[in-house]
This record gives sequence, C-alpha cells and structure tokens, in this order.
Amino acid sequence: MNQTTRTPQHIDVREFHSRARTAIADPKIRKNFRKAMDGLIVKRKDAFEGWDLEALRELGANIRLRALADLPDLLEQLEKKLTDNGVNVHWAIDGDEACRIIRDICVARNAKTVIKGKSMVTEEMELNHYLADHDIEALESDLGEYIVQLASETPSHIIMPAIHKNTGEISELMYEKTGTDLSNDVEYLTASARQQLREKFMNADVGVSGVNFAVAETGTLCLVENEGNGRMTTTVPPCHIAVTGIEKVVGYLEDVAPLLALLTRSATGQHITTYFNMISGSRKPDELDGPEEVHVVLVDNGRSSIYQDDELLDTLRCIRCGACMNHCPVYTRVGGHTYGTTYPGPIGKILMPHLIGLDEGRHLPSASSLCGACGEVCPVKIPIPDLLVRLRQESVDGDKLNPAKVRGHGAKRNALEALVWKGWSWMHARPGAYRFGTTVASRLRKLQPGKLGGWTRYRTAPKLAARTLHERMKERSQ
Amino acid sequence: MNSRDTILQRLRERSGGKLHRPDCDFSVLERPSSSVAERVEQFQRTIESVHGEVHRCTPESWVAQLAGILSSRGARNLLIPAAHQIGHALRDSGQDDLPELLIYDEPVVSWQAHLFNNVDASITSTRGGIAETGSLILWPTPDEPRLMSLVPPIHVAVLKASELYTTFHEAMRVQNWMSGMPTNALLISGPSKTADIEQTLAYGVHGPKELIVLVIE
Amino acid sequence: MADLIKVYPPKPSHVYFYATCLVDMFYPDAGMAGIQLLEREGIRVIFPEDQTCCGQPAYTSGYHDDARAVARAQLDLFPEDWPIVVPSGSCGGMMRKHYPGLFKHTDQETKAAGIAARTWELTDFLLNVCHIRLEDLGEPTNVAMHTSCSARREMGIAEVGPRLIGQLNNVNLIEQVRAEECCGFGGTFAVRHPEISGAMVSEKVDTLTDTGAGAFVTTDCGCLMNIAGFAEKNQKPLSGQHILSFLWERTNPGQGDKS
Repeated sequence: MNQTTRTPQHIDVREFHSRARTAIADPKIRKNFRKAMDGLIVKRKDAFEGWDLEALRELGANIRLRALADLPDLLEQLEKKLTDNGVNVHWAIDGDEACRIIRDICVARNAKTVIKGKSMVTEEMELNHYLADHDIEALESDLGEYIVQLASETPSHIIMPAIHKNTGEISELMYEKTGTDLSNDVEYLTASARQQLREKFMNADVGVSGVNFAVAETGTLCLVENEGNGRMTTTVPPCHIAVTGIEKVVGYLEDVAPLLALLTRSATGQHITTYFNMISGSRKPDELDGPEEVHVVLVDNGRSSIYQDDELLDTLRCIRCGACMNHCPVYTRVGGHTYGTTYPGPIGKILMPHLIGLDEGRHLPSASSLCGACGEVCPVKIPIPDLLVRLRQESVDGDKLNPAKVRGHGAKRNALEALVWKGWSWMHARPGAYRFGTTVASRLRKLQPGKLGGWTRYRTAPKLAARTLHERMKERSQ
Repeated sequence: MNSRDTILQRLRERSGGKLHRPDCDFSVLERPSSSVAERVEQFQRTIESVHGEVHRCTPESWVAQLAGILSSRGARNLLIPAAHQIGHALRDSGQDDLPELLIYDEPVVSWQAHLFNNVDASITSTRGGIAETGSLILWPTPDEPRLMSLVPPIHVAVLKASELYTTFHEAMRVQNWMSGMPTNALLISGPSKTADIEQTLAYGVHGPKELIVLVIE
Repeated sequence: MADLIKVYPPKPSHVYFYATCLVDMFYPDAGMAGIQLLEREGIRVIFPEDQTCCGQPAYTSGYHDDARAVARAQLDLFPEDWPIVVPSGSCGGMMRKHYPGLFKHTDQETKAAGIAARTWELTDFLLNVCHIRLEDLGEPTNVAMHTSCSARREMGIAEVGPRLIGQLNNVNLIEQVRAEECCGFGGTFAVRHPEISGAMVSEKVDTLTDTGAGAFVTTDCGCLMNIAGFAEKNQKPLSGQHILSFLWERTNPGQGDKS
C-alpha cells in the first residue's frame, strides 16, 4: 500500500483563490458538501431540542475559560496524576519535537508499525509523513481517515475527513488500493475495511491517538468516538501514545459532562457517541489487556503564544466539534481542501495564522463574509467573527493604537490599498468633502462605470440616486 | 531550559497578566426527579434510537432469554466473566441451549488471534446506565477486561434497572468518580458505527455490530 | 453576538437619524420612508447634517486607524441623549457593538460607549420602542424577506421584520429555504472573493425566487444591492426593496414620499 501522505506542507496555502474557483465550478464537490452540511445543521438543531442551549453554551465557555485561567497549574497537576498512574508525560514545544518524541519511543521499542486513531494534532504536525521518513509505517484506522490516507489526501473536515467523497468514489478507491469489489453497498465497504484493519490492530507495535479532554483532577484522557477504532488503538497494541495540544486540559472530571453534551450534539447531532473512552493509566499487573506502556505528549506548537493575548486567547477554547464549518456558507461552497490547511473553515481561519504565520495564512481571515453563523453555533462561544476582524487588522498592520503581534503580521499590507483607505478616511472624516463628493457623484451618475471588477461579474452595478438623502433632507428643512 | 519549563514559564509569565477565572454554573444539567420505570423507558427509547437492543428481564428469566437471543444469532460461543456473579449464574444455570462458555482468564497476548477471529459473543456487567443518552457505564476489571466489550461481534451487557441514572453528570457524582478513576472507564451507547462513507450509517465497523442490553428489573 | 437581554427605552420625543452612506447615495427613498414612518409615530427626527459613514468598510477590512478617524467624526453628531436610529443592521451593529472596542483606551471611550448604548436598528425601534401599528392599504401580495446576518446575529432582530410584515393584512410572507444563510455580500468580501460571494448570492436568489413571491424585502442595503443586482444581471423574476420602503408604501399607497 502506498503510505506516502500528501501533507499540507506540500500545499501552497496562498493558492486559496484558484482552489476556491475550481471547487465552486465542480458540481460534485458542491453537492457533496451541501448535502452533508444541510443534514448536519438539522441534526444539531434537533439534538439540542429541550435544552437551555444558551445556558449550556455559557457553561461550556466558562469551563474552558476557567481551565485556561489555570492552564499552567492544571498541566502540572495532570502530569503528576498521570505519572502516578504509570503514564509517561512528554512536553513538545513544536510539532517537530513532538514527532521526534514519538519516533524515539518507537525506536526504543523497536516498533515498525503504528496504528492511529483520529487525531487532528498529529495532522497538524504531519506525523505520518515524519514517521514514514523514518521507516515507520503509520496507518489510519478511523474509516474516514483510512479512506483519505488511501487516496493520499488530507482530511477535508475535522470530524468527517472523507466528507468530500461520495460512495462511488470511495468504492473505486478501495477497489484500486485494497482489492475490494466495486460496490455501492456501504455495509460491504465498511465490513471490508473492518477486516483489513483488524489484522493491522493485532500486529501494530504502537497505537497513537488524540485526546478530546484531559482531566487534571483525576489524570484522565477522554476520547470521543463512534467506531471503536479509538478503543482498539488505545487497548490492543502494547504501547499507546496519546498526543494532545496543551489547551485540551480541563480542571475537573465533572467538566467533561457538559463539554461532552456540547461536543457530540454540535458535531454530528448525536446525544452521545457510541464510545466515551476514559483512560487514566497503563495496564496494572493483574489486568489482562491494555497497553503496558502509555505516553502522553503535550504539544505547544504556537499555543503558548496565542495564550499571551486576551482576545486571541479565545481561540484556545475550541473543543474541535466542527460546527463552525458545518454552518459556514463559505466552507459549504469551497470544501475543506480549498483552505490548504490542517484545520479548514472558520476555526482554521482563526487558528492557522498562529500555526503557520500570518504571512503564509494571510488570505485566510479575508475569506469570510463575517456572517457570524460560526460564532452563533460555537458550543464554547468563541467570538469567531471578532477574531477574524482582529486578524485582518493584524495582516495589514491596521491599528497603531493596538499594534499587531501575530507572527508574520503586516504581510498583506500594500501601499496602494493603504493609500485608498487613507483617501477614503480623509473624505469621510470631513463632512463638507463628503457632501461635495457624493453630490458630484450623483450628478455624474450617468458616467458611472458599468463594470466594477468582481462585483459586476455576477451583478449589475449599484445605481447612484439622482439626489442624495443629504440633499433631500436639506431641501426639506428649508 | 527544557520544553516543559519553557512552556510552563511562557504560560505563567503571560504578557496579558492574570486571567479572570469565571464561575461555572452546572444547574443547566439538573433534571427533575424520575421513577425507575421512567428512567428505564427513557433509556430504552434512547439506546434503541441508536440501534441498541433492549430486553427487559427478571433475575430469574435473564439466562433463558439470553440463551434464546444467542441461539437466534447462531452464536457458537459466549465469553463470560470468571468471578462475577453473571459468570457463576451462567455456568450454574443448567440451561442447556447456551452456547459454549469461554473465560477470559489469561493475558490477551496468548490468545489474541482466537479472540479476534473465533469469539462470537461476550457478556459483561455494568456499573449502571444513563437514561438521557442511552449509555452503559463499564469499568473493565481483571475479571472483565477491556477487549471483552469491544472485539466480539455481539456484546451483551447486563444492567440493573435500579442503577439507571438520568444524566452522566449525576452518575459520576453519585458514584464519586472524582475520588479516583480506574485504568479504563467507558460509556457505551449502542453498537460500533460509522457514517464516514457519504453519511450513511453502517454498524460494526471496528467494535461489536450488535449491542444487546438485558435490563434486570 | 446578539444581546441576551435588550432593554428598550420608552418612546422618546426626538431621535437622531443616522442614514448610512449606502442609503445616502444609493437608496435615499428607503431613508425617507424610515423618517416618515418615525414622524407618523409622532417623533421629531433630527438628521445631523455632518454625518458621513460609520467607518465599517475600513473596520472590517482591518484598517482600524482609518475606521477610527471616520468614526470619530460621527461621535459629536448626537449631543442630546436621544436614541440614534439606523436603517441598517450592519451599520447599527458597527456603532452598537464595535464602537466601544474601537475607542477603548482613547479619550473618546466614554462617548463612544454612550453612543453605542443608544443606537437602534430602525425596524427594531419601530416595533419595540414605538409599538407601531401598521394599517395595510395595499392590494393582496406575496413577499419574501432576507434578514441580514448582522441584523439577525449581531443585533438579534431576526423576528422583527416578519412581525412587522405580519401586521400587514394583505401581505403573505413566504419563507425561503435556508433563510438564515448569508447572501454573500459581506462588504469588501464580495470584491475580494468574487467567486465565493457569487456562488452564495446565486443560491440566495434561487431560494428567494423559488418562493414564487417575485419580490423580497431586506433590512440592509448591502444585501439588497447584492441580491437584486444578481437577479437583475441574470434576469431572474425577483425584485427587491428595503423593508422600510415597503412598509411605507403599503401604509400610504400612491403617496410615495412626501418630501
């Protein structure tokens, strides 16, 4: 099997525009995403039926904010609890260090094959690619991730990685790569994957998983999943490595109850997933299964920088449900791959600039109509539109009172555009100039150009009125 | 300085200063009190909505009902706990239409292939259930190891009606999970499933294809 | 995000009318309709002559210094403690939700916060402060409505337009599918990402056309320009109007505006 994964590092993030054009022109992509997102929107709404959703979101937000306020203490508490329970805790300043830590664990165990549960943070650090370069095979076991890996692609959604493909495409892919029969029977395709992956679980040397919540109070790693591949990954191989961003920690065990209620309902409209897997240690001497060796890798990768700023900090509340992309009219049109980033959609637009720098990711914050659907559904009330505006400001260094601080800020600033806004500002800050300008424009409206760039490619040009409201009100008062 | 200390120092010496620590009001999770019968009814409705199967039993009837369920599936064998009373009850039942009873009593490495390929069904106890989400609470033990509820295609779970809670929050508080967690704790809400292929549901992708709950009333 | 609890003031004797630059230059009829609706409710409408633009285009483009310079020029236009009404959820949202942050840690902080607190979207003001009762004098008709995203989510007034139209006995409001989805305007977004914006407005026009109403109203001139402009260019049987023009015409048939 071809294990080379085309990772985000080979995708030019700046090609967003051309990829967007291609995706919009592709009726299949449009249809796959629209159908999926429409369904998810309805399911989410139904799942919160009977709840005081505002109170629940408020609780979710406060739990996350409280955990962030206590973050360094909670990380130390988590480390101590886990260590007491026989778990090895590692700290990684960035993705590269996290990859090295995982490779070193594999090398020490002479491990050649790694089976993986779904983990966005390992996508973020491109772990599969790194391990492949070091002769360690990493196989995805979540069905969606497995499909995406077979196709040498990246996930197009953080919860449903293969959402961009329809059954026919998946059937052809599995036929080509694994020798299953061509079939549109989803049961058959799923059963084939089960068969192939069971062998892999039994033979894997190491299991690598993500973490949904890490509880400091009890030293518990919580994993949310439907398939059982997460449980397999964390139970069958003799060694389990859990990888998590440092922001995933919460203070108390009871915090997970409302966060879980929010997460699954927001993500897929489920009251709960099939499995909620809580791991608090390695195998005890009298236990008959489970990994003898458990590691946790706490990954910073830019998070401690985000943490410094009061406003940007809200980005770290995220519990990775994907509701923001499910409700995003832009994501629905262009699909996940257009973004060219590990995390697509609204959360990607506010998170990725910190991970890759605002110079690389400078197109991201502008690709939004600021409609606010994302912020409205966010289970932990991240003010995503406000953060997009903040990053737009950072990308052009647009605020001398609040100087930009994100890495790569100012990369989008160009002299001409800045001059245009300067001129606009000059005129609109001077009422006389404004009245003169608008009156002249309305007198010359016959000369108004019929073509206004991108606007008139799809619409007629806006029509200036014969007389401005200012003029009409002035006459009226006389 | 190592990465651990660097990260912790950055977080501690936050340039924005100390963060406000908001209060958390959990009252949104409170539910009106309910009877056991109401909770059983809610549990059954919820878990059935996600393809779980519920059989209402009595302490006297469950073994016979289980035998019927397993024979209708053609299960050749059943993995049971050795020490738990469920295991004793099955071995001592004299019920002659039960399939072959297997016991998980040695480390998995010695019989993994057999477990993965030849075991048709398993039965475990539970530490209660959650009515609102249709969930079973399992804390695997040396007597009922983790893979028992995961690997065989049919998982049968025994739930005492009196141990049904309304919410997850209530269950963890009443059972005082905060005082210490086991190596592994689980909520199981239905059989293994996926919707990764064009949002079409398919069961048994990695774990059991069927989850059968015997509710003992 | 929308206020969780909004406290409406008692009906005042005077209001300041903040027209917005789009209404001023492109849709002055909508502005006049709004003014006349307020006057009919017995309110004196003050139109500060020196008003220009709320500063939003520069603000959402990231040019906050330029936005602040323009916004600062608006802060002295409202000396009395009267409500400021705006015929737009978007510009109203800019003043109500973003002025305080824009002027934080400046000398204008208090003034900006004061202005924010008394800024109201005009239809919200008519319904919930004036408690307007509309008498429909028009012929029976169907109409669809697009509530702008800022009206819906920032100002929290999604129910206001339908309730006002609901007062009109001869008007049948038909809801389009995906009513809460953005039309794709988004200010400079429509120019920076024309394909994405074009795909969005195209679907919005389809859903509005599919209502069979043939006409739609909206709270915001940006959406109006976008949706009606697409319909016109692509010869779709759909015409658009600002909701204020519609409400005024329905209750004053044949009179047009009285200016």
